[in-house]
Amino acid sequence: MTRRVTFKFRLYTAADTQNSVQALANLTSLCHEHLEGRFEIEVVDVFREPKRALADGIRMTPTLVKLSPAPIQKIVGTLCQTQRVLQMLGLDIIAA
Amino acid sequence: MKSARLGPTSILAKAPTGIAGFDAITEGGLPSGRTTLLLGGPGSGKTLFALQFLVHGARDLDEPGIFVAFEETPARLLANFEGFGWKLRQLRRKALYFMDATPMPDLELSGDFDLGGMLAALGAQAKQMKARRIVFDALDIVLALLPGASARRREIYRLHDWLLSLGLTGIITAKAEGDSASSHDAHPYSIMHFMVDCAVILNHRVTHGVSQRNLRVQKYRGSSFDENESPFVIGRNGFDVAVANTLGRAELNVTSERVGSGVKRLDTMLGGGYYRGASVLITGFPGTAKTTLSSAFAAAACRRGERTAIVSFDSDGAEVIRNLASVGIQLDRHVKSGCLRIISARTITGSAETLLVRIKALTKEHKARCLVIDPVSTLFRAGNELTAHGVAERLIDWAKADCITLVCTSLLDDMSGRTDAGTQLQISSLADTWIHLNYLVQAGERNRGMSIIKSRGTGHSNQVRELILSDAGVTLADTYTAGGEVLMGTLRWEKEKAERVAADIAEVAAKLKRVRLDAEEAVLEVQAKSLQTELLAKQVEKTLLTRTTESRELELSRGRTRIRELRGADRALTGRK
Repeated sequence: MTRRVTFKFRLYTAADTQNSVQALANLTSLCHEHLEGRFEIEVVDVFREPKRALADGIRMTPTLVKLSPAPIQKIVGTLCQTQRVLQMLGLDIIAA
Repeated sequence: MKSARLGPTSILAKAPTGIAGFDAITEGGLPSGRTTLLLGGPGSGKTLFALQFLVHGARDLDEPGIFVAFEETPARLLANFEGFGWKLRQLRRKALYFMDATPMPDLELSGDFDLGGMLAALGAQAKQMKARRIVFDALDIVLALLPGASARRREIYRLHDWLLSLGLTGIITAKAEGDSASSHDAHPYSIMHFMVDCAVILNHRVTHGVSQRNLRVQKYRGSSFDENESPFVIGRNGFDVAVANTLGRAELNVTSERVGSGVKRLDTMLGGGYYRGASVLITGFPGTAKTTLSSAFAAAACRRGERTAIVSFDSDGAEVIRNLASVGIQLDRHVKSGCLRIISARTITGSAETLLVRIKALTKEHKARCLVIDPVSTLFRAGNELTAHGVAERLIDWAKADCITLVCTSLLDDMSGRTDAGTQLQISSLADTWIHLNYLVQAGERNRGMSIIKSRGTGHSNQVRELILSDAGVTLADTYTAGGEVLMGTLRWEKEKAERVAADIAEVAAKLKRVRLDAEEAVLEVQAKSLQTELLAKQVEKTLLTRTTESRELELSRGRTRIRELRGADRALTGRK
């Protein structure tokens, strides 16, 4: 199992609302800590691109979508519980 | 100046829901451009109400709408509500947008989140389709996902602000058990109650196994509304809210046209028949020919060519036809010609409200001008005690408004006492004409008596008549009163016979007397004749007597002269002569 796989994330945010800002901060620090050098984060501001959010089925913000590696996963919220987020993303093994 | 101070008129702008009855209760619909909270238990009809509101806007008022589904996916909604004939799929393309906001089964939650994204997306969609109405169905589902009461409160405010900023007329539905104000404190909706401009509560209760639904407007800012619980049913076309007679309603079409009751003498007793559009109540014990009397009316209406419906709770249509044919009321040809429709409602179960809605729908479908409900007391079956009176009231109200002549029969179960007292339904006071059928037990017979207890606006006979059913149909016979008692049946017949005999006797007696007098006269005449004859005889005799006396005297004198002459002794008297 290669350890050099790149994680692609897309974070849907609601402009600079508190929850969204927190989520982006939490995600960034988590990535830097556990996936240094092998992650990409795309931020989609739902306020700017509502059509896209609608088409992508995004209802609640912030929503984090892990596009790759498969499977695609969605996590809603500020991502404040780091351990739990890692577990959800299947990253806890790496972290250990 | 003054009118300007009353505030912006937009407060009172209403968005009609298209739900029959509800718009009447709220005097026009939901507050336009504002939010309404719709609360109710599971299966109370929240989604249906909300969807009907959207459909009405999209289809009839050119107000496109958005449905945000938190509980059921749009595909399931479309399938579930296909039966109402709203052409949802067709509307969906143009004026109705469904947003699937059901939480994904694999949804992972971490930390706080908000609805900002969804509202932004919805805002774009609303602008694009120029939406005027929006529904958030089952908001409680998404609120439950939020961590903590403060987050819930925040999102509710966010939603409310968003709705106001877009000027959409919104409905937020949420599950809530019961209607008690105290329980709301624990709910996150308690703040919603203060926030929204209108709150509607849907209730669904089961009484004696009969489902009873009702709806109550809890608050409505800036508008008056009916504060009472209003029963409703979910019918073929969606919601149907029952409305009591409201003051603001248009005048009824009152006519003085009369319609025949089907029994000639009854028409006479009523001074020409029932009024068109009147409500007639026929009360009586079982077997007093209530059905027959009401069907006679139906048959007469059909003969006049008026479309008529009979709703029978007692028997099937075929049975009704057969039973009435035995008393000379032929209904089968009217059924065949399509003029008459017999609806057997025996098997329809449900609340009085349901029955009323069914009756209304069927009558409308048949375009009936005359309606017979036999018996209306069925509405009073177990479980309907609370609503039956209101239903009966609305039944009469509705018939009047549509100018349908309504004949209801009502069964009186209580054989003892209360013979002429009000019926259980107390609709006797609402009915225009009240005919009471009764049994009179006399001389070992049970006979049917009919009397008109009241008839508004028509003069009517005060007499109890005997109702006779025969092959020839329904007829009314005069009754005899003897010693303060009404005679019927055989007693009446006997009385009639006795009168006939008495008349005969009198006639014969008169004849006899005449003959006797004739005889006496004859006798007297004869006597008079014989006396006259006798008189004549006497007169003759008298004449004779006179004559003989004279002749004898003459002879005597003649004889004396002769003797003198013969004696010659005396100087003949001749010289003296």
